Amino acid sequence: MSNKEQFLVRAEPYYEAQGKEVALYEAAYHARLPVMVKGPTGCGKSRFVEYMAWKLGKPLITVACNEDMTASDLVGRYLLDANGTRWLDGPLTTAARIGAICYLDEIVEARQDTTVVIHPLTDHRRVLPLDKKGELIEAHADFQLVISYNPGYQSLMKDLKQSTKQRFTAFDFDYPEASLEARIVARETGIEEAVASQLVKLGQVARNLKGHGLDEGISTRLVVYAATLIRRGVAPTDACRMAMVRPITDDADIRATLDHAIDAVFA
Amino acid sequence: MATGFRPVTDARQRQMAHPQAQAWWQALDCGFAPVADVFEECLYEALSSFSKPQMEAFIEAARYIGKLGRGPEPLLAFLEEWPAVVAAAGVDQQDLLPSVMSAIRAMQQSPNSKAITPFLQTLAAVARRLPSADQLRIYLDIAQDLMARSSGSIHGHHTTFPSPALPEFFAQAPRLLGLLSTTGLRNWTEYGIRNYANHPERQVDYFSLQSADSHAVLQRERHGTLFADVERQLDLYLRALWRDSEQLVPYSTAQLTSGELRKPVPYYDHLGIRVPDVFDDVRGVTGLDRYRAVLAHMVGHRRWSQAQIADNWSPFQRMAVEFFEDCRIETLLMREYPGLSRIFLALHPRPQEAACDPQTTSCLRHRLAMLSRALLDPAHGYGEPVLLDFVRRFHQMLTGRESSTAESAALALAYVTQTRRQSDQLAKIHFDDTVIDYRDDNRQLWKFIEQGDEEEAFDEERRPEPGEELHGLPPRRYPEWDFASQTYRPDWVSVYEAMHASGNPAEIDRLLAKHAALAKQLKRLLDLLKPQDKVRIRYQEEGSELDLDVAVGSLIDFKSGATPDPRINMSHRTDGRNIQVLLLLDLSASLNERVGADGTASGQTVLELSQEAVSLLAWAIDCLGDPYAIAGFHSNTRHEVRYQHIKGFSERWDDTVKARLAAMEAGYSTRMGAALRHAGHYLSHRQADKKILLLLTDGEPADIDVSEPGHLRADARKAVEELAAVGVTTFCLSLDPRADDYVRDIFGKRWRVLDRIERLPETLPSLYLELTR
Repeated sequence: MSNKEQFLVRAEPYYEAQGKEVALYEAAYHARLPVMVKGPTGCGKSRFVEYMAWKLGKPLITVACNEDMTASDLVGRYLLDANGTRWLDGPLTTAARIGAICYLDEIVEARQDTTVVIHPLTDHRRVLPLDKKGELIEAHADFQLVISYNPGYQSLMKDLKQSTKQRFTAFDFDYPEASLEARIVARETGIEEAVASQLVKLGQVARNLKGHGLDEGISTRLVVYAATLIRRGVAPTDACRMAMVRPITDDADIRATLDHAIDAVFA
Repeated sequence: MATGFRPVTDARQRQMAHPQAQAWWQALDCGFAPVADVFEECLYEALSSFSKPQMEAFIEAARYIGKLGRGPEPLLAFLEEWPAVVAAAGVDQQDLLPSVMSAIRAMQQSPNSKAITPFLQTLAAVARRLPSADQLRIYLDIAQDLMARSSGSIHGHHTTFPSPALPEFFAQAPRLLGLLSTTGLRNWTEYGIRNYANHPERQVDYFSLQSADSHAVLQRERHGTLFADVERQLDLYLRALWRDSEQLVPYSTAQLTSGELRKPVPYYDHLGIRVPDVFDDVRGVTGLDRYRAVLAHMVGHRRWSQAQIADNWSPFQRMAVEFFEDCRIETLLMREYPGLSRIFLALHPRPQEAACDPQTTSCLRHRLAMLSRALLDPAHGYGEPVLLDFVRRFHQMLTGRESSTAESAALALAYVTQTRRQSDQLAKIHFDDTVIDYRDDNRQLWKFIEQGDEEEAFDEERRPEPGEELHGLPPRRYPEWDFASQTYRPDWVSVYEAMHASGNPAEIDRLLAKHAALAKQLKRLLDLLKPQDKVRIRYQEEGSELDLDVAVGSLIDFKSGATPDPRINMSHRTDGRNIQVLLLLDLSASLNERVGADGTASGQTVLELSQEAVSLLAWAIDCLGDPYAIAGFHSNTRHEVRYQHIKGFSERWDDTVKARLAAMEAGYSTRMGAALRHAGHYLSHRQADKKILLLLTDGEPADIDVSEPGHLRADARKAVEELAAVGVTTFCLSLDPRADDYVRDIFGKRWRVLDRIERLPETLPSLYLELTR
């Protein structure tokens, strides 16, 4: 099916394992257990899922969840055409039909009542009822559901229902430890490892401030951005200010502290 | 001449050694013997910097001062100090002399002539602390302004009393200018004049730096980087770069007497890290960076230093160990953050190799400071072989590892032994360029097995006595806005917060029952306002569901060849209220007045009406589900503003809250600004789209310790502005029919005056509903 082709991950995404997560995921996939990936923003959750889809050779359908998303955005809806109405499958339905890995990114951003539609797909039933269409879809044998969320900035309003949480097996992700992170940054951008470890050190400085004025530390993604800028010939101090400090805070005191840290690291 | 009087010899007859000096002495025309005694010495000093015409002007000015009739003191001060003043100001005498002389003339022509002597006595010290002649002129301006505004008068047109502040001001001026810029000095003076103009004793206290607020304002106006301003940044710095969260405690550096015998040095102990309260910029390093250097250094000790047993080491040996150990941890710090070396090297003195003469002076400090420089700075440029050898050994010790305090101590002892000189014992010690002021006093580096005789009993842990437990919250201090000087009076008002006493909750239920009809009416309004969580939005091009009616219509259009409407979907949006409100009640004494004295009185007091109104409002807000809090306040001078907690945001509208409401009592005055700030501080920390502070008051801000009209009004307005800046909307419902004059001043457009107080119970809830619709 050509539909299936377009969702395949073609090139191998670069992913450096932090622990046993690759083997664990494979085991979960073979049992078709739903998986939840938790961790701070920019620590490699989506990259991991992409990598696993590539490794398993399965198509991957990603949905970025948001507050205005409704159940029909996942399941599908009727559209008008010349002869009346026409049903259009949503991403979740497509995935269940073709046997893809369906990845709901930042699931807590969607409202709780929306996420309930995934329930029948995530237990032993593995079906998706389309009530508007009057159809019951049996999930394809290869279908698997993966969700990600960031427990760091969850407010009281944005949390998963217990009934949703208890349908998943889960991975806890965090930023990789310093030497690994430096290697990842170096490999991802082609920067020298010495500079990469300086950048990572800065990232850790900011992570120490989490909860003391910063909601999140500097993510690996931002470190990679800074490294990319440096590769393009930007001076390290400027690159760090632009990619690592300015995006994460408007607090003048924190900015001054991080700016000082940049000067202290890049003498 | 009558007996009993000492014969006064006229010093005019005195012969000077040099004929020119004699001519000037004649020109001075002065009869004071003490002046004659030193005249020639003063002349010689003046001659070294003045040309002949300048000397003429100098003598002329001195002549005038000698004839003021204030004895020899001013003249002596002038003769001795003036050449130094001119030298310090760095300008020609003629640029400066007229302004100084006019200041003296002004003092002489007012009752303040007594201040001339202190003025002249401290002028040189002042000039040394001011960088230019312009600054000195500003100083003179400030002084004359102070004189004009603090001299008293009886009948209003002639100044008859001398300024009590002026002599004190001159006496303190050198010290003040050591700490303040001229702008700071002006603000400090301004504050004193404004607040103590009518109170001579307090004025003297203020200007002689005896009173607490004098110190507080001084502290606020100091030049340099104040600890208070950067405290948060330093906390963040410690936490982010060093993962340390030790408490920072500032110590005062302002209390130094002019002798400055001993400067306090940063240190740390189990109670926290002690740092000075202010740092000036030096050698291109900002005050903030100096703080960072101090903190980094102490963090280094906390991380890498181990206390050493010091009983068997001499003071010299200990000093050497301290130098080596400080360098070791700084090397490790710079290894962690290479950028620190810029700050350390800029702050570290660079002693000259030949600066100390070992024949006459103890040079140990100098040698160690040089060594310390060389250990940190690869480009030190010293050539002494022993020093170079130890630098090499030091770096060898640290190559690829952290080493330890014991190892650096061993190296230090070897160094002391090898470089020991007899002259190290001399009493004259070379101190220049050897003080490294970002290092702490290293008290944590030593432990002693034998306690000394001077056992420090006061270091013992003090346990709180049983029963010493605090019953209320400690006071919170708030500044108050002084509209005349456009500054805050620091920590001016003390707000005590306490739980309101409880009464009988049934009272409130009775009040609510009394207004049952009104409540029913309100209830209808409330139901309309109640948030409908899901609202359907039709006619959407994209939406969650097909809107069948519209879709069919569109399809008919389409089939019949017309352009169909593409907006055939519908979606939902959530419609919630996100409002938090704090109801602040003025509980001042005027609430006890009865309403409607013209005979139509219902006999209720304003307090009772407020109670009813607040109960109804609380009930209404509770129905709506908005989080809300209730508090009352009254004040009895700035030292006692009572803020009474009636209902908190997380408390429910239940009997405990009703009981507090039932016990409401009125008394004392209305210091509105402080109460607004305190209430706002609670509200500003809430998370909500809209935060409302609803103030119910019956009069304008007033307190018994404030006589200035409009002061508390301006302060309240400032408080409202501050709250607006942090996202809190303040609204005032005033029960004072004459309030129009001032509420607009304070609250801008957000106020309403209630003319018929009897209607308060119905007005307050409906006002709230209007506000939040």
